Amino acid sequence: MAHHILDMPIDADAARKLKIGDTVTLRKTLYGIRDATLIHMLDRGRRTRLDLRGHAVIHTAPNVHRVEISDVAPVGYAPFCIGTTTSMRMERFTRDLMMREGVRLIVGKGGMGPATLQAFSDLGGAYLAIVGGAAALETTWIDQIEDIDLDDLHPESLWRFRINNFGPLLVGMDSHGGSLFADVQRDVASRRDGVLERIGVCK
Amino acid sequence: MDLDMMEVENICASLYVRALKLLPPDIKAGLNDLLQDETSATGKTILGVMVENIAVAERTNNILCQDTGIPIYNIIIGHNVGFDGAELKSAIRRGCARATRENSLRSSVVHPITRKNEQTSCGVRVPIIHVDFDEREETVSIEMIPKGSGSENGSFLKMLLPSDGVAAAKRFVVDRVIELGGRVCPPTIVGVGLGGTSDLCMHLAKIASTRPLRSVCPDEEGAKIEVELSAAINELGIGPQGLGGRSTSFAVHVEIAATHITQNPVAVNIQCHSARRARAAITPGGIAFS
Repeated sequence: MAHHILDMPIDADAARKLKIGDTVTLRKTLYGIRDATLIHMLDRGRRTRLDLRGHAVIHTAPNVHRVEISDVAPVGYAPFCIGTTTSMRMERFTRDLMMREGVRLIVGKGGMGPATLQAFSDLGGAYLAIVGGAAALETTWIDQIEDIDLDDLHPESLWRFRINNFGPLLVGMDSHGGSLFADVQRDVASRRDGVLERIGVCK
Repeated sequence: MDLDMMEVENICASLYVRALKLLPPDIKAGLNDLLQDETSATGKTILGVMVENIAVAERTNNILCQDTGIPIYNIIIGHNVGFDGAELKSAIRRGCARATRENSLRSSVVHPITRKNEQTSCGVRVPIIHVDFDEREETVSIEMIPKGSGSENGSFLKMLLPSDGVAAAKRFVVDRVIELGGRVCPPTIVGVGLGGTSDLCMHLAKIASTRPLRSVCPDEEGAKIEVELSAAINELGIGPQGLGGRSTSFAVHVEIAATHITQNPVAVNIQCHSARRARAAITPGGIAFS
């Protein structure tokens, strides 16, 4: 189980080096994206001027302060509380997000499904699990809101964060067909009947 | 005692912020209990991060989780309290919107069809307001719950048949928890409603999922099911964040209501590990937050 420090963006080869159970710390840049952003970009064909090629996206819609534009707040937003939402709702967008926008890594909580795993395998990508609900801690890993697009969808805008050492994150799904979430699900399925039997419920 | 609506507005505003920043003591203790019993190394690490996050939120005066939730206000009014009901509702709404504006809280509330966000945490019928009455003298209690949506999406209702019995309800709960896996931010509180009508059954599940830990179902039969399912769920191996381990849930809570002879409804509503709530009581002696 290796630890990887990644200066974003990265290429497909670097993404393929990540294996489930490894840990990752991201540096430099991270994009925030979620339901409405993806619906508008990929279902409704809206384009962004931001360049996501080789980057990591985190499933988020942050709490922010509106502030005067300055060196530390180049688009007039300062981070207040930035956390992570449930990834599985965004399952059907992974392949298009990778193919159209060139995204390599997804940071999220709860894991994603078979379509995402296949896209990682075909295109070179990975899912990095963060601890959901630990947003106050996560916010300390973010230095600045560097840029923003599609802000009519606020707070579900497309955010560009400058990060310091963002992590450690756990590689939950890799480009070799590995998924810690699927492994747990198989284990849980094998325990189900026994658990039900012990409380007197037939399967 | 007459309710001062400016006071109610202020309390509703500060309860929203308090709920987002301060995790109730029973949940903090519950996390530490789970940490003691967790055997998975990954599970222990994740629980440790959750405990660390609480400390960081307190130290940096930040909110615990970015999800400001759907705001719910539960109001309980005792004897001899004078108030105008329409004024009360509007004071709650003003407090909720003010807390959002003054604290730069993310408004997580949108119109269900247009998806338009008013940036106030308010919308049609939101905040959700429940008003009930009890036997206390000159006391009004207000509970604020910012219900996080990763867990709220883990909601289910099934109108089982009387012949399916309570066994089918237990199986339904176990299977829904398995289906949800890590999506609902485990460790969770699994709220189960048994009986009532379809709408009451869902409401029971919400009452159950937002009850303090170590509280017990007032019905003896319901309490037995709580004990049984609480142990069973943590044998499944889902674990913190769905990455394996014992700590799938703090507890399973059950609430019951009488039902129709033809019905056997069961509902599930999940509360995530950031099981936030804040309360205040108004009496002639003043306001007490808890």
